[in-house]
Amino acid sequence: MSTMREALTKPIIQNNPIALQILGICSALAVTSSLKVTLVMCISVTLVTAFSSFAVSLIRNQIPGSIRIIVQMVIIASLVIVVDQLLKAYAFAISKQLSVFVGLIITNCIVMGRAEGFAMKNPPLASFVDGIGNGLGYSVVLFSIAVVRELFGSGKLFGYEILPVVTDGGWYVPNGLLLLPPSAFFLIGIFIWVVRSVKKEQVEKAEFKITKNTRSVKEAF
Amino acid sequence: MEHYISLFVRSVFLENMALSFFLGMCTFMAISKKIQAAIGLGIAVIVVMALTVPVNSLIYNHLLREGALAWAGFPDVDLSFLGLLSYIGVIAAIVQIMEMVLDKYVPALYNALGVFLPLITVNCAIMGGSLFMVERDYNFSESVVYGAGAGTGWALAIMALAGIREKLKYSDVPEGLRGLGITFITVGLMSLGFMSFGGIDL
Repeated sequence: MSTMREALTKPIIQNNPIALQILGICSALAVTSSLKVTLVMCISVTLVTAFSSFAVSLIRNQIPGSIRIIVQMVIIASLVIVVDQLLKAYAFAISKQLSVFVGLIITNCIVMGRAEGFAMKNPPLASFVDGIGNGLGYSVVLFSIAVVRELFGSGKLFGYEILPVVTDGGWYVPNGLLLLPPSAFFLIGIFIWVVRSVKKEQVEKAEFKITKNTRSVKEAF
Repeated sequence: MEHYISLFVRSVFLENMALSFFLGMCTFMAISKKIQAAIGLGIAVIVVMALTVPVNSLIYNHLLREGALAWAGFPDVDLSFLGLLSYIGVIAAIVQIMEMVLDKYVPALYNALGVFLPLITVNCAIMGGSLFMVERDYNFSESVVYGAGAGTGWALAIMALAGIREKLKYSDVPEGLRGLGITFITVGLMSLGFMSFGGIDL
């Protein structure tokens, strides 16, 4: 049971797919400028990861090694088609906003990475839980970025006004940069910085060390 | 002609795959440590994109879209829900074929690209190119230009980032930012730079 819980909670902070494994940033950043869209994206990715891991794990002993990537792709693509059609049927406006990014869940490295890295070697239930855990890890990062971007970029959360904006007679001058693409990169960079300052063991080794200055200041001048 | 040049410039600079749509980020971050590798991957992406987007455009317009099967006697069939599955299949197949052809006829290039080719299948920029083509309803010739342009833009971005990162190696970065963190911030600054192309319309 404890391994189950570990599979669920470990990817959230300790082994976060975005911050540590650099997976799945591809389609993630573009959808974080509004919380509602982010929420839909997170749910979709979590479900696709969980069910694809489950399905791959079910047939892991039958898949021949040489074509496993294609088999995984087909499973993932079919699940994404289901999600895409559901969104088009029940949340058309959001699906229009997400545009190509729903389709891009197929090539989201988290889904593929978990299918290949975990589900191929573990029983179905554990793979399912692992998929949910990684989906949640992805959601945590996306959510924290989306909150910052929407709150300070347009003064709203989920479309409700939190900080009254100047144009509507309030006092807050929205920071337009946060709604533009570059801000997502900065925020992720800062997020990684925060996580790594807390968890020192995640710090990468320096490739090139600058040697200490051996001469004293007086000598140099 | 003007229309195509404008489309090309727009897809390279304004709507840069990597810097304004965040596509292909995983490989973008992972393979940008060395300029040599970045150039190899960049060229591979240009070639694969210039091939897959037009092929997917043909498939979409003649097989999948609503009413496209009229030539076969099924005027009411709409197979567009199969789109995602067929695009990824086409991409995987083209990459595989390219790998075999290069191995047979241009072994030097194959050795240079070797490792990167399989990576390209899961590169979201390639898939994104095909999806944008469908969403914006490009015709065949537009899709050729768009595929080549989007690939070039991505290649340009990764080569530039690799150049910056090679220099960055020698700077004293705060501990937590080292490696991945500073790369993200660099990419953010590059993306700001690319935004200055905004408003250019040929």
